[in-house]
Formats: sequence, C-alpha cells, structure tokens
Amino acid sequence: MNGSSPPDRLVNRLLGPAGPEISCERCFEELDRYVELELAGANADAAIPGMRAHLEGCSACAEDHESLLTLVAGEERPGA
Amino acid sequence: MAEPTEVAERMDAESREWLERLQAEGRERDAAIAELRELLLRAARFEVRRRCATLSQIRGGDQEDLAQQAAGDAMVAILSKLDDFRGESQFTTWAYKFALYEAAARIRKLSWQGRELPLEAEQWPQVPDPGPAPHGEVEMSDLLTAIRQEIESSLTPRQREVLVALALNEVPIDVLAERLGSTRGALYKTLHDARQKLRARIAARGLTIDGLEK
Repeated sequence: MNGSSPPDRLVNRLLGPAGPEISCERCFEELDRYVELELAGANADAAIPGMRAHLEGCSACAEDHESLLTLVAGEERPGA
Repeated sequence: MAEPTEVAERMDAESREWLERLQAEGRERDAAIAELRELLLRAARFEVRRRCATLSQIRGGDQEDLAQQAAGDAMVAILSKLDDFRGESQFTTWAYKFALYEAAARIRKLSWQGRELPLEAEQWPQVPDPGPAPHGEVEMSDLLTAIRQEIESSLTPRQREVLVALALNEVPIDVLAERLGSTRGALYKTLHDARQKLRARIAARGLTIDGLEK
C-alpha cells in the first residue's frame, strides 16, 4: 500500500501510533529538552521514550514541536 | 525528580542568570521581565507569521494583537512555573515553548471561530477498490469498513464523538476542548483509549495493519 495516500493517512489518524506514547502534558514538559537533544544530534527518542509516538499521534503537539525546533534551529544558525 | 543541587550543577550560566534575575526584586527583576517579554514576543510573532501565512481571516493588525496576547499569557505561565525549570534545556528554549503554545492555540481557535464543529462522521472518503491485495495485506476498503463498523459498535458515545471530530474531521484539539469544556490532555486521553480499543477490535477480526505502520 502507498504510505502517503489519503486513505492511509486517514487510517493512521484513526488508529494512532502502535507503540506506547506519553501524554500531551508530559510532551509539553519534555519538549524543550527533546528539541535541544535533536539539535545536538543526540538520540532524543531514546532519552524520552514515547515522545516520537506521541508526536505522530497528536497533530497539535507535533505542530508545537515543529515550531520550537525551527525557531531554536534558526537562532543557533550564525547570522540568523 | 532531581535534587536542587543537581539542578544547579546541570544548569548553564545564562539560564541560571535568567532564573536569578527573575526571582530577584526591584529593578533587576523589572529589567529581566522586560527582556523576557521581548523574547516571548519574538517567539509569538514567529508562530503567528508561520500559521497565518495560510489564514486569510487573520489580518496584519490582528496578528500583532494575537502575538501580544500570546506573549502576555506565556509570561504569566512562565512566572508561575519558574520553580519547574530544571535546567534540562536552555532557559530561552524552555520559555519559547510557552509562547509558541499560546500563539498556536489562539490561532487554531480563531481559524475555527464561528464555524460549526463537525462531530458526526460525515466525511468518510470513497476508497476505490484497488482489486485483490497481495497475500497477507489487507485491502484498504476492507480496513476502512471494519474501522467504521467498530467506531459505531465498540466505542462509547464520548470516545466516538472525540475520535470522529479529531481524527476523521480534523477539528483542532484546542478548539474541541474549548467547545466541550475540556482540556487538550483529557481529550487526547479519550482519543488514545478509543484508538487502542479500535486496534484491539481490528486485530480480533484477524485484520493486520502492519503494512500501514511507518
């Protein structure tokens, strides 16, 4: 099956991630640490188990993650 | 939880200075709050620019108001949670997330303002039958039919309402939380429980969804 087709995405939204995931509250608590680990090239997913699955399952938290990652990455870039 | 001495050792010098100045009194604290407000405004404006690029209903002046409000709410949250900062990231990264969260939630709510929330399953896509699937794979139309049936028969009314609104109709979770008088965390817990129940029921039918996992 094509993993990017709309029906596939719908099934993923309906059934959510397969693995264990953390809550929205825990995601917010850990988001800054997770992003800095990612930007440092460390294994953020091993450091905070269940974060990646939650970001796949929760579009609002995924947006928050994307924004923080982009903002902090931009600030770290010389001349940004 | 880390002991205070552990936290102090872990925290970088700049973050420690932020914390000390915000916990001081008088002019030093006032100056730190003014600097923090600029930092939060920068993050809120960043988020508003990103999100409003595709939202015509939020105009320039409204965008600045929105950023100012988000920065203000973030400031209140941060000052009440200073003791929660453990030094596991830089203070500025920790502070940014509050401004981004407040700005994003406000934008989601504004973009749905005045719209009726679709809480019923009205938007099931028509999936063309692709023909026989390879051995071991579930045909998409069969899987969607099974999910639809289990949503109707296996979920509680609350689980069905939340799952249909969030996952099928893509209502933003902050918007649904506001309309239902709930919170993002509580609704996500309901969504998670509903998904787990659906997964178990799909597995009990002998259907496999492994081909869909990333």
